[in-house]
Order: sequence, then C-alpha cells, then structure tokens
Amino acid sequence: MANFVAKPAPATLHAAADALAAGTTSSRQLAHDLLERYRVVDGTIHGFLRVDEAAILAQADAADARRAAGKALGRFDGVPIAIKDNISIDGQPCTCASKLLEGYTAAYDATVIARLREAGFVFFGQTNMDEFAMGSSTEHSAWFPTCNPWNTDCVPGGSSGGSAAVVASGQALGALGSDTGGSIRQPAGFCGIVGLKPTYGRVSRFGLVAFASSLDQIGPLTHDVRDAALLLDLIGGHDPNDSTSLDLPATDFEAALGNVDVKGLRIGLPREYMEVEGLSDEVRQAVEQTRDAFAKAGATIVEVSLPRTKYAVATYYVIATAEASSNLARFDGIRYGRRAKDATNLLDTYFKSREQGFGDEVKRRILLGTYVLSSGYYDAYYLRAQKVRTLIRQDFRAAFEQCDAILGPVAPTTAFRSGEFTDPLQMYLADIYTIPVNLAGNCAISVPVGVASSGLPLSVQLIGDALGESTILRAAQWLTTTGSPMPAGDA
Amino acid sequence: MATPAHDVDIAHTALLARLELTDAEKSAMQHEIEDIVGYVRLLQEVDVDGVEPTAHAAPVHNVFRKDASAPSMAHERMMDNAPDTIDDELIKVPVVLGGDEPGSA
Repeated sequence: MANFVAKPAPATLHAAADALAAGTTSSRQLAHDLLERYRVVDGTIHGFLRVDEAAILAQADAADARRAAGKALGRFDGVPIAIKDNISIDGQPCTCASKLLEGYTAAYDATVIARLREAGFVFFGQTNMDEFAMGSSTEHSAWFPTCNPWNTDCVPGGSSGGSAAVVASGQALGALGSDTGGSIRQPAGFCGIVGLKPTYGRVSRFGLVAFASSLDQIGPLTHDVRDAALLLDLIGGHDPNDSTSLDLPATDFEAALGNVDVKGLRIGLPREYMEVEGLSDEVRQAVEQTRDAFAKAGATIVEVSLPRTKYAVATYYVIATAEASSNLARFDGIRYGRRAKDATNLLDTYFKSREQGFGDEVKRRILLGTYVLSSGYYDAYYLRAQKVRTLIRQDFRAAFEQCDAILGPVAPTTAFRSGEFTDPLQMYLADIYTIPVNLAGNCAISVPVGVASSGLPLSVQLIGDALGESTILRAAQWLTTTGSPMPAGDA
Repeated sequence: MATPAHDVDIAHTALLARLELTDAEKSAMQHEIEDIVGYVRLLQEVDVDGVEPTAHAAPVHNVFRKDASAPSMAHERMMDNAPDTIDDELIKVPVVLGGDEPGSA
C-alpha cells in the first residue's frame, strides 16, 4: 500500500484567490506547483485522463497578464480547477472515459464551464471516471482504474473517482463532478474530502453528457466546505439552455458560512439507515459521534423515518437505466464518436459501433434499461418504479416536517478494495444512502469526520430539503471547523 | 438474495438496444440481468394504488423559449467530429439499404 494524501500550498480555492490578490503567488506558479505534484504522484494514482500542460500554462499566463493590467476577471481569475471528463470544455476532448468517444472534441462550453471561465478559472485537466458515469469505483473507466490516495489498494469511489482522487492527492485545489446516484458524495467520502450534490435544477446540465436526465446534477468536490459553497454560488442559477434549471435569485452561500452555530438546528436520524445490512461498525460510530457532537452544541436530535429506503436501489436501477438506454441511443457512430470500420450497412454500423465502443457496465445498464421499457414490461417495472419514486419523495417531505437536515452515512463502509465486487448487483446495493437523494431531487453533502482504524477516511452525509443548501453547508462548515467530532487523522 | 428472473430474452433486448453482443457477453449478461431484474421485483410488494408517477425531481411545466433567431454552432466545428465526411461539408453514412443482414442479434 502507498499513501499519497497531501494538500498543496495554498490548499484551497479561496486560499489561492487570497494569495493571488495579495500578490504572493501567480497563476503560473499555482499551475506550476500542481503540475509538479501531478508528475510525482499521478503515475500511481491515475486520477487524470488528460493534462494539457501547454493549454494550462497559456490560460495561467493570460490570467496573470489580466491581473497585472488591473483587469482581473474577479477574485478567482487564475485559480486552477480540475473537471470531470463528462463536462464539455470548448476545444478539449470529452470522452466520458469511453472508447466510444475517443477522439471526440467538445465544440462548446458546458454552462458551468462558461461561468467558471467568465470568473477566470484555469481548466486544469480532465479527470477519470466510470464510463459514462456508470459505476461506484472508477474501475469501469475504459482507460485505467484510479487508485485511492489514502491506500492505493483501494478504490477512490465513483463515478467521480478521478475528481476526488486528484483533490485528495494534492493535484487539484478543487474539482467538478456529477452525481446521478451518489457519484460526487461517495468518492468524496472515500477520499476524505467534501462533495456536494446540489438540489435538482440548481445547476444547469447543459454540456454535461447525459446519463439519467431526471437525476443528474453537477457539483463540487473540494478540500473544504467554503470552497463547495463558493463553487455552487458560481455555477448555480437559471440557464435558458436547460429548461429544467430553476429560475432562482443569485446565491451567496459562502457569505452565509461566517459565524456558524448549530444551536436549535433539528438534525434528523432516519431509523432505517442504521438497520441497513452491511453497515460497518466504524461508519455507524462516526454517525453516532457526529450526532453527539451536534447534540452537545445545542442541536436537537430527532428520530425520523424514511420507510421506503429499502426500495430506493431497485427504484433507481429501473429509472436510471431506462433513462440511460434512451440517452445513450444517440451514440450511433454516425455524426460523432467511434464508427465501426467493418460494418456492412447502416443498421450494422449501429450494432458494431456500439458493441466496440461501450464497456461491460454500460452495456449491462443499456440492456437493463431497454428491458424495463420494452413492450410487456413497462408497467411492471418502469411505471411502478416512478410511483415508488413518488413515495420516496413523500418520505423525505414528511421527514423534513420534523427536521432541518438529515444525518446518515455516505456509504455502508469506508473505501473498498479494488476488485472486491465481482457481482454488479452487490456494488449497486452499496449506493443505498446516496440514491434516495437523487430520486427525491433534494441536496446533500459528504463531509469527512475522521479516520478509520484501517487508515481510510470516515465521512458522514448531511441531507437537506430541496433548496436547503444553506442549512447543510452551514452544518457541514460547523462540523469541519469548531464541531469536529473525532480526533483528526495523521494525514 | 432474490430469485433471478427467468423470462429475460437477452438476444431480443440486445436487438432493441442495437448492441451486437458476443456469445460470451450474451451468456454473462443473461445471468447478470436475470439477477438484477429478480432483485428489482422487490418493488412488486409496494402498494402503489392511486400513487401518481414521478418523472422528474423538480416538477417542470412546458417551457417556451423566445421565438428569436440566434447563431448556430459553427458548422466546421461540428464536422470536425464526424467519422467520415464528403469535402468536410456533408456527413458520409454507410449504405442504408442492402448489404449483409445486420448483427447476429
């Protein structure tokens, strides 16, 4: 085992912005330091799919020139950020870690990228992921698996495992990922960093390669809660190019983090969460110690019930795969992406291009989604799952009548070992704590609270109501600063 | 563990999904999809009488954009991603009718 946990200096996006403002560093220096770190550790971690050094330095130099001329685009002009490989950056490859999109170059910026570009961010590499964001371990990348920086024999989680690993290993100050069933929160939890899944509709999905459109959200993976808040302030908001994005006033979640206090905050503990089969003792204790820390600081602990928790994974794997089978129908080898060379006609081109381009997990999910939508099965599987989804939403509605935030595990265990799951269904079942949030459409944050006896990070999840980001960000800020429930790890 | 579902026709499903699977893939997928579908049948025990389906997490109504013209994305940038073109102007596609019968699926 090797351990590559490190924080770069400056360690966070806000610290880098402060250092640039103070003139104690330059964008080129920040990029240079991260490139140095990348060269030392990424041969072992494999968190990045691509790091285009020339493009990075050109962006950094442009930012430095703007700042020197007194024309900085704002506080973050020149700050580097890593991007998951399913988010379009104009002129950069965007492969979703799939052979099907090998050679594809994005011809436009995703809305989140356009917003970060306007703020002056430097795009520092594309991060590895499970192919088309389908997986919980980043072992399903078509190129190579990513390792957990805390223990390279373990997975970093997924599907945003590359984003989590590059932040945790000090190769990035922060990153963007996407979360369809836990793909930001679970890797953040496994890698001991902060990961936020915003409320559905808070962040535009324009330019994010679609997996399951009614569940997907883009969000931050960061070293601290403040960076998660400020990134959400920057990337959130209505976008005419995504009709599901909500028309909301501009936010300042970062400012709301000053002077946090949890007195009177009602923290809900779902009794079903502690009864999940396979929940490890240490994860249970981390949740209990966090509960006790909140209680000691004057929060009210309320037992709540989410009775349909046991149906969430089944509901998700019907709905998400159904949507995926439809979304991934666009990859036909005609207008872009891989086209099979040995096909005899148009239909054969579809069959062969998709056979050659997609990996096993993607094929499995397309088949499952096609099956549950096919004639004779639609009502029994897809329509029924949509109805159970309504009940899961109602469970959360009822729980949030009694509490302001829900506390629970991120996953039943800490990071598992590479190759540990050979049965796909067993890996799906480990998503029990993250999936319900996507089905209900509310927000949640994964927060590191300690280190397990194995040396791997222990994290908890705070779930908020729809548009309840301020509440969970403030609680998470308190938890990671004044309220830390457990002794800090030696990393 | 749930009982696997034995009514999954993987060859037919693969045909619908436009996936040409190898024989080895077909046999592995048959087994895995049966297991997952068997598990998903857990949903049959939920009482959903009178429950409306949820298609989207944030209920949205029909959204109209302004009826205004705007520049399209650059044609030549789009064509750069095409696997095969005629003079970088048109996407060249394989023969549509005829040729050998498609896929073994």
